[in-house]
Amino acid sequence: MNSKATSSYLPPGLPIPVAEPDGLSIPYWAGLRQNRLLVQRCTHCHTWQFGPEWLCHRCHTFDPQWIEVEPRGRIFSWERVWHPSHSALRQHGPYVAVLVAIPHASGVRMVGNLLGDPMQAVTIGAEVEGVFEHHNDSDPPYSLLQWRVLDA
Amino acid sequence: MARSRIQRTLKGRVAVIGIGETEYYRHGASPDPEFKLALKAILAACQEAGLDPREIDGFASYSDDRSDASRLAAALGIHRLRAATMQWGGGGGGCCAAVANAAASIVAGLADCVVVFRSLAQGQYGRFGQATGIDTISGEKAYLMPYGVLAPPQRFAMRVRRFMHEHGVRQEALRAIALASYHHAQANPRAVMYGKPLDAKKYDASRWIAEPFHLYDCCMENDGAAALVLVPEERAKEFRQKPVYVLGAAVGSGYRAGAIPHNSPLYGSASFDTVAPDLYRMAGLGPSDIGVVQSYENFTGGVVMALAEHGFFRPEEANHFLTLENLVAPSGRLPLNTSGGNLAECYMHGFELVLEAVRQVRGTSTNQVERNDVAMVIGGPMVTPASNLLLGTGAAL
Repeated sequence: MNSKATSSYLPPGLPIPVAEPDGLSIPYWAGLRQNRLLVQRCTHCHTWQFGPEWLCHRCHTFDPQWIEVEPRGRIFSWERVWHPSHSALRQHGPYVAVLVAIPHASGVRMVGNLLGDPMQAVTIGAEVEGVFEHHNDSDPPYSLLQWRVLDA
Repeated sequence: MARSRIQRTLKGRVAVIGIGETEYYRHGASPDPEFKLALKAILAACQEAGLDPREIDGFASYSDDRSDASRLAAALGIHRLRAATMQWGGGGGGCCAAVANAAASIVAGLADCVVVFRSLAQGQYGRFGQATGIDTISGEKAYLMPYGVLAPPQRFAMRVRRFMHEHGVRQEALRAIALASYHHAQANPRAVMYGKPLDAKKYDASRWIAEPFHLYDCCMENDGAAALVLVPEERAKEFRQKPVYVLGAAVGSGYRAGAIPHNSPLYGSASFDTVAPDLYRMAGLGPSDIGVVQSYENFTGGVVMALAEHGFFRPEEANHFLTLENLVAPSGRLPLNTSGGNLAECYMHGFELVLEAVRQVRGTSTNQVERNDVAMVIGGPMVTPASNLLLGTGAAL
């Protein structure tokens, strides 16, 4: 394990997320900076949509609204990663990634890490809540949305 | 009146007359650069067919192959270029689609003699399994890479985990896929893993890459090139080899399979929910007609899902069906990946699987099956667009 204390779940040096050149996901990444989870919802038919697109996939109304959503959900799937696919992870050891479905946004899914012991037993269906992880010293600064299991 | 799609078909309209490949190398071990590998494989396929390479008038590939059609045409001095098709999408999702596109070019009268190929020198251009050297990232990967979901094993493990959860599929089902590929590679001198057998104990003891994938659940990364030549069926018998006919092909994916990141409605899936029925419809065949299957192993779990979606068993039957005994040539219930495939022959992005299906139909595989009139290839699972292919003898038409 990495002996260096870090405030982030994974060590620094991984790719930094930025919006596409056309700006599609700017509101999403800006929202995370402000501890807000924003998901697209169609202004016409109210269909939820994530990842973002320029129009609603159901009714083709352009420019869905970005709606703040409570970052709570259930583990839909998970993986424990052992092999380092990046030099920043070389001495780090295993870590857990989860796919979380958000029921109050029609089940849209988000990938994040599951905070806590990387060797913890992970249960599909377990309730989780979001934790905003800020990388203020990064250039450019950015924020991620991590997850932790809610106590039963 | 326009003919319906069902009346427009590739079935029996084109034939594979030659196949060729370079030596297959571990990644970084090729003495030749990628473009030279492509040329060698193409010339080998022409030589096998007894075809003057200058008669080629089209090229088809996939996964953004870097060996450009116009450069190939100039390098080979072909008389004229008529078709140049590149299948959208990454991974091996296009390994059968490239054949379908070439076949469609011929059937539509756009070209007469099309080479389908894939060339890959990972030593020259970098590996898929490493993601170092990226500063900022946007699009789909922005939602994944900062969380350590960087390379293909991590991008696909959660799909397989979900499928296993939904259908009670055990690790042993994945293991059987790996054991079958390694078993077949031991009889195939082309295979990179020739002379390197695998057994259940070694599989179980191997390190995790990303649970539920052990090391042996993951494809290799290699250098090499492979190619085949397609002509209209009217010309099929002019060449040296026994012709192998395209019986059917299909390409694509179902509803919103491309919803990123990990938001496809059908998540625990290999993306063949619509593509498998399309293939069977074109060929007029069903799962029980298929004697041998080459199914792209990016990861073993993808093969489990792909075989289920092609109707060889229900997902709930996977544990029962997927045993080594059932999957081996010459007479297992469903001989699978009889050259060793991506796991143990060569990761030629699945094109080695297409060549192996041709060999099976000809009766020249190093692991020849008994029922070889119809052979199936299933391209890269869990990606979109995916693709698949049925090849067969003249008797199967």
